[in-house]
Amino acid sequence: MKILVALKRVADPDNANKVRIVAGGERVDTGNLEWKLNPFDEYALEAALRLSEDGKAPKQRLGEVVAVTLGPKEVETNLRSALATGADRAIRIEAEDDKLDGRLVALALKKVVEQEKPDLILMGKQAVDGDSNQVGQILAELLDYPMATFAATIEEEAQGLKVSREVDGGVAVLRLGFPAVVTVDLRIVSPTSVYSAKTDRAFKYNEGVRFAPLPAIMAAKKKKLDVVPLASLVPDSGLRTHYRKFAPPPERKAGARVANVGELVNKLANEAKVI
Amino acid sequence: MSEVLVVAELSDGSVRKTTHSAITAARKINALTGGSFSILVIGAAPAKSAAQELAGFGAARILVCSDASLGNYLAERFAPVVAAQAKGFDVIVGTASSYGKDLLPRVAARLDAAYATDISDILNEGGALTFKRPMFAGNAYGFATLATPQQVVSVRQSEFEAAEATGGQSPLAEVPVAAPGAAAQRVQFVSLDQVKSERPELAEAKVVVSGGRALKDQFFQVIEPLADALGAAIGASRAACDAGYAPGDFQVGQTGKVVAPDLYVAIGISGAIQHIAGMKSSKVIVAINKDAEAPIFQLADYGLVADLFQAVPELTTALKARKK
Repeated sequence: MKILVALKRVADPDNANKVRIVAGGERVDTGNLEWKLNPFDEYALEAALRLSEDGKAPKQRLGEVVAVTLGPKEVETNLRSALATGADRAIRIEAEDDKLDGRLVALALKKVVEQEKPDLILMGKQAVDGDSNQVGQILAELLDYPMATFAATIEEEAQGLKVSREVDGGVAVLRLGFPAVVTVDLRIVSPTSVYSAKTDRAFKYNEGVRFAPLPAIMAAKKKKLDVVPLASLVPDSGLRTHYRKFAPPPERKAGARVANVGELVNKLANEAKVI
Repeated sequence: MSEVLVVAELSDGSVRKTTHSAITAARKINALTGGSFSILVIGAAPAKSAAQELAGFGAARILVCSDASLGNYLAERFAPVVAAQAKGFDVIVGTASSYGKDLLPRVAARLDAAYATDISDILNEGGALTFKRPMFAGNAYGFATLATPQQVVSVRQSEFEAAEATGGQSPLAEVPVAAPGAAAQRVQFVSLDQVKSERPELAEAKVVVSGGRALKDQFFQVIEPLADALGAAIGASRAACDAGYAPGDFQVGQTGKVVAPDLYVAIGISGAIQHIAGMKSSKVIVAINKDAEAPIFQLADYGLVADLFQAVPELTTALKARKK
């Protein structure tokens, strides 16, 4: 199976409360935060690796995983780490982080898909900076491909994939024929979430994503990394979503400590009047 | 003038309350710019009776697309229907539920329209509809304009009160199924397992009791009696869901459900940024945690530093005693 994994770098989500709104509100400054791979995209990469191997013999690659991202030269650090983790090659679409919107990213990825012809396109369900949750769906529609968003499990079958999706109130299961788009939710990295056709259904993965061993980090430097200018893929690279300004959320002040359950019940009844 | 199309959401053949939040957003757009709104209901045969449920909300028209092929939701089949009916509408509005988040970006792509996800407010800035939306786990609000003739938005249910009926009888019109593309030929609905619960829905509940990883495998044993005593929905932190103590769709947070109940009770939840993003608009927040330094206490209205395995049963008993 050939899989294209779309990755995005985001300002460290564990310190998202440290983003600063520049005076006047014209932009959000994340300069004080480290760049990290969007966690959901890391999970997508893990799912791609699981789908292109026999879980018992992961060193032998059974498919091809191509990692793609959009951004300036520095995002190659993130692509190299994806290569060290196991991706076979990488593509960087030269672009500026703040001159992209969901539509433009999807249009660029569509061109890459047309050139690469993967069986499957995987990515996170959303990037945790803009929280827009749209690129996978837009890409699927532009390509007229079937999709499964918010995937919790993926199982390769003879003719395609069986995917369970996290939906309000439960789980929806779909069968997809190739080529298709799947966006992943956080449970996709559970021990029994993803099975390639070759992996024994009794096999259990370690919880979470795999880490690159040192030799792989060295070897990743030699893997192929192509750079393509955005304009060569999408001639009209104008934005359709314009952020006019930004504002901080309202402050919420800490309230009072209560000494015991009795005081809590009393305050909820007589002060807050919510019970 | 903005003509608005509300995309209704059905569950088991009835209208989900998410739809009423989308109607509120449509009314707000009409109030800002003039124009009217219509509602599109899609499904198998029950869609017609579901459409009747929406007849008293002041819509100019209710469009019903009812067909056996639409009984189980698939974006590949629904998006062509919405796009076909979107002609003549300026703004397409749905809810940021798992249904809306799945469907609406596909609709936007089909219309070559820009799309704003999970909006929390709508403004008119110098004649341009401007959509306020949370970003960076709710640590910034962005105010976006969409530079396409048609615009698609999904609304955050907790930020738009459910619309009340205003009376009247909107005319119903049946509309045809739109031919799906190649995508629909390669996707098959297998099953939908929904947990039937007597509890209120998490995103709509007036009271939510959420548990964290500290509860371990006693999650339900501890949380359920308290939720029963309060008539509350049950939520969980991502850590509790990750660890398998609570099902995935219980997750409250940036990438789970966003709630804004009158009362939110956080049990053994430390208050990670991602969790706070999903509950900080709650009116009253109670935190019970044995770690006095837990970040949740920085936004809790009432904080109790205690062992939850003792404090929660005690609280449950006290609440039950009050009811009598």
